[in-house]
Amino acid sequence: MTDKKISPLTKKRYASEKRFKVYCVTALVLAMAILFTLLSSITVSSIPAFTQTHIEIDVYLDKEILDPNDTNDLQTILNEGPWRSLAKSSLREMIPGVTARKEKRELYGLVSIIAGDSIKSYVKENPNNIGKKVQIDIPSSDDIDLLIKGLIDRSLPEENRTVSNLQLKWLDQLVYEKRVSKHFAWKLFNHGDSREPEVAGLKGAIVGTLLTMFVTLIISFPIGVMTAVYLEEIAPSNRMTDFIEVNINNLAAVPSIVFGLLGLAVFIGYFDMPRSAPLVGGIVLALMTLPVIIIATRASLASIPPSIREAAYGIGASPLQVITHHVLPLAVPGILTGTIIGIARAAGETAPLLMIGMMAFIVDTPHKITDKATVMPAQIYMWANNPERSFESLTSAAILILLIILITMNALAIYLRKKYERRW
Amino acid sequence: MSIINIYMIVLMLLSISSYFYGRNFIKTKTFVSTEKQHSKDTYHGAFISLYLILPSIIFLSLWVIISPNIINELLTIKVISVYGDGLGIDELKILKSQIIALSKGVLSADNLSSEISLISDYYSYIQIISKKIYIIFSCVGSATAFLYARKKIAIRFNARANVEIIIKLIMMLASLIAILTTVGIIVSLVVETIRFFGIINVADFLFGLKWSPQIAMRADQVANEGLFGAIPLFAGTLMITTIAMIVAVPIGLMTAVYLSEYASNVVRSIAKPALEILAGIPTVVYGFFAALTVAPFLRNNGADLGLTLSSESALAAGLVMGIMIIPLISSLSDDVINAVPQSLREGSAALGSTKSETVKKVILPAALPGIVSAILLAVSRAIGETMIVVMAAGVTANLTANPFESVTAVTVQIVVLLVGDQEFDSAKTLAAFALGFTLFIITLGLNILSIYIIRRYREQYD
Repeated sequence: MTDKKISPLTKKRYASEKRFKVYCVTALVLAMAILFTLLSSITVSSIPAFTQTHIEIDVYLDKEILDPNDTNDLQTILNEGPWRSLAKSSLREMIPGVTARKEKRELYGLVSIIAGDSIKSYVKENPNNIGKKVQIDIPSSDDIDLLIKGLIDRSLPEENRTVSNLQLKWLDQLVYEKRVSKHFAWKLFNHGDSREPEVAGLKGAIVGTLLTMFVTLIISFPIGVMTAVYLEEIAPSNRMTDFIEVNINNLAAVPSIVFGLLGLAVFIGYFDMPRSAPLVGGIVLALMTLPVIIIATRASLASIPPSIREAAYGIGASPLQVITHHVLPLAVPGILTGTIIGIARAAGETAPLLMIGMMAFIVDTPHKITDKATVMPAQIYMWANNPERSFESLTSAAILILLIILITMNALAIYLRKKYERRW
Repeated sequence: MSIINIYMIVLMLLSISSYFYGRNFIKTKTFVSTEKQHSKDTYHGAFISLYLILPSIIFLSLWVIISPNIINELLTIKVISVYGDGLGIDELKILKSQIIALSKGVLSADNLSSEISLISDYYSYIQIISKKIYIIFSCVGSATAFLYARKKIAIRFNARANVEIIIKLIMMLASLIAILTTVGIIVSLVVETIRFFGIINVADFLFGLKWSPQIAMRADQVANEGLFGAIPLFAGTLMITTIAMIVAVPIGLMTAVYLSEYASNVVRSIAKPALEILAGIPTVVYGFFAALTVAPFLRNNGADLGLTLSSESALAAGLVMGIMIIPLISSLSDDVINAVPQSLREGSAALGSTKSETVKKVILPAALPGIVSAILLAVSRAIGETMIVVMAAGVTANLTANPFESVTAVTVQIVVLLVGDQEFDSAKTLAAFALGFTLFIITLGLNILSIYIIRRYREQYD
């Protein structure tokens, strides 16, 4: 039987089977490859943003200059001290012989324009060092930072790069003197937004996101769960209930930008709520998250077998007691999973927040839900639009941080589902 | 802190203490009686506490909804009484916004006329009055309800049933929020759209071929009339969506087929979470990916092939949007394919067909309604998607069929028209609402169609 001829038709069919399988595998591999490319390209381009170049400069904290009126009051010194010019004169002393105006400008361009503030915060922490000569690490300017990280090509002709030959010479000298160092960029987490990439951080956006999510959660969670319980357990099946159900399913598919228009017209236009505030952003996102929570909660309630309810009724529980004492506790894992997924989705949403102005340039960290604020995705959008080169890696870093938060939330939801999932 | 906040906190404290008051009240009553109490103490406490707080909350929601309107009307009357009837609508708007800004302390009174600061004082005054009216009403309401509840409490009183009715009512009200949201969306979009069509002709909007909404500031400038023909926007959205579907449908569908028909458990346990990650990535990240990686890649490779690609080509935006849609299509079709009963696969195998023949001739036809509805949902998602096109597609309207050129989309224009400071009533702002309304109608239609297809063509196998 071994030499039995396989008919050409069968051969063709097997070939087609193989081809089909190859197509399927290709599709899957393609999808995975895209995911890999996306994550790796963002990770790679974010790496430079996590370190920051510092230059150590010698500063003579002259008491005469800092406190000319001899007040001896630290607060006055901090408020009125000539920090900027102190930074400049320290630089000039460190690299002598710079007199021409253009050269001076290049010299000051080595360090960040907030160099004065760095000295100020040093003095704030070490007030006893006033009158001494100290060495202070201050952040370099973003061009120098890029150069040290190897992102600016030294071999280019001078007019094609943002760092001049003179700056290169000084920098090499500073590197030789071991004054240039790279630190982890903590400013990402303890600084607000800024036009200067070397000081721009995410603190304001992270706090804004937390405030917005807080509003979203306290509105959408109770309302979502109550709606789901009502529709699944209490509501009589009539036209009204059907109508509500259709409504919720439709809301789940409404484009997010339309919710933004709703927020703009109703909450800002009619109710006169503050623009750019986590309050309005939170309400808009809550309305968007509501269908997600309702659908998840209903699925979770529906999976609880009727026997539990019947047993509870059998021993004399009232309808509400059946729900609160027996059904809801069993549905909690499913409800939490749905809520976490809904909130994670809301935390990554940008478009509706653009409509209500949550992409304003805000340096201060918001404290209340009515303060002006921005959120992580909006911050990413703003940075992505910034043409300065350093913002590219900064944007990637912000994306990476956001993705880590969101993937953690989703993983938590999957873990909860796996751990507490019960088959009846 | 505003007087309302203080009132709310006091009300909260009162309602908590009234709960304990109710419990003790019924306890002492039962203590001196021989009768058996009908409901537990806690229900009596909850009963009295709910009665105390509910009137205030009902009044609060009424006040929040109604008072801005009334205050606005009063302000208009006042402004007209001061300035006379001769004011145009725009002047009235500007005056009002100045008055409101002044009373909020955003504007300083230095450069403004004394009339304005006078009216602004009046505005602050009526605001305080409206708060006071609310507080008086809700105090009286809550106190009456509290006394009524206290009178009702008795040993044989069925507090439990009463509390449960109230809680059910609250739940029912919560479920109405979904309807309110829809109503809010429709009303706000429709009202602004109608106002827009008061300025711009409906036909000009729907069938016009030119879109340039920038209205010049001075009347003598060229092109001071904004052009609001939305066809280029619809065409751009259509092109980007088509490209996205060309990418997403085959990949998503094939992935779903592979995962449900061929894949081993190991592959599935890796691929499914990976697809979930892909689905959970915020759209702003896709937009950044499109602008930073995909668009330059396409432009460079296109140049090598002798093609000139715009840096904001429809192709880049469409490709990345397709990537975003893949997990949606694959997970929805996966569900549909899994719902095809096993007996169909076994029957087909028993007839001697290969796996791919089973998939092509049995499973996909059986799952077709579900797959079509999944694709429709994906289309509606792609049409409403904003961030990818905002970041990767162009801003200027361009009526072209060339995917290498820059096009703009409906959502992009909504963002462009509304981001930044704008007056509330200009044709530009209203145009954004008209576009939003169109978007809403299209996506709603697609969703209804997809539900209809499922209901109409799905076959029940079991």
